[in-house]
Amino acid sequence: MWKWLHPYAKAERAYQLCNTLLPYFTVVCVATMIIGWIWGLAYAPADYQQKDSYRIIFIHVPSAILSMGAYSSMAIAAIVALVWQIRNAELAVIAIAPVGACITAIALITGAAWGKPMWGAWWVWDARLTSELILLFLYLGVLSLYHAFEDKKAAGRAASILAIVGVINLPIIHYSVEWWNTLHQGATITKLDTKAIDPSMFWPLMVNIVAFAAFVGVVTLIRLKNEILQREKHRPWVRQLLTQE
Amino acid sequence: MQFDSFSDFIAMGGYGFYVWLSFGTCAAILLGILISSLNDKKRIFKAVADQLIREERIKKAKQEQNS
Repeated sequence: MWKWLHPYAKAERAYQLCNTLLPYFTVVCVATMIIGWIWGLAYAPADYQQKDSYRIIFIHVPSAILSMGAYSSMAIAAIVALVWQIRNAELAVIAIAPVGACITAIALITGAAWGKPMWGAWWVWDARLTSELILLFLYLGVLSLYHAFEDKKAAGRAASILAIVGVINLPIIHYSVEWWNTLHQGATITKLDTKAIDPSMFWPLMVNIVAFAAFVGVVTLIRLKNEILQREKHRPWVRQLLTQE
Repeated sequence: MQFDSFSDFIAMGGYGFYVWLSFGTCAAILLGILISSLNDKKRIFKAVADQLIREERIKKAKQEQNS
């Protein structure tokens, strides 16, 4: 049943798949990013309490959600790499980590810029903020662990193990606003009802979430292609590709 | 449109500094990672091309030695 997946373990096929997917992700990313930003900045109504400062939500929440989403995908790739010994999955772990780190940094910076006018402080050692900071360190840890090994096979295994161990941080981030007293406001989008946010703000937010997800996809695909090329640079198919382009 | 004028839009009801700081750094980081990823591709392709030229040169030199 899952046999159709097997050819994609081959580097060349995976490279081609990235090439096929990339234009779709790019179109979705550019379109939703433009719509989402203009909608969020200029057309969504101001909040009754936080006024126009709340507009930071349109990049803060998407980047925070995607920082965890990207980490989950990285951990799934790490499991595949460790259990089935698929090298492309290992490369995927390393392709996702840098963009995941960037998105996490955006979540932290936009959070700080929102915290200053609303709480009066750029940073507090609050459970939500601290656990998100640890997520950034996990991404950076996975990356530096990978680059610390000369032998890339050992490097991939070590980085994958760290990525899997770090999953423990995800539920901590998610439930931190419920488990501990916190300055951070509660969830904006809950799974079962959307009453926490008005539709006029909910839809631009959704568009921005799609935009960030597509962006993570675009950068991951570009980086995965790079990692495959780097690993396979002595193979004939890469050399053939060069003469084609 | 929620704002009456362009200067109103920039001011963001007095929160302009924080809003534009957020969106500005966000755009800078997103563009940064995108451009650096695209540059990596060029670098790898160049390394492969250089290697090909090098191999070609070695092959030529060997042929000249033998003849």
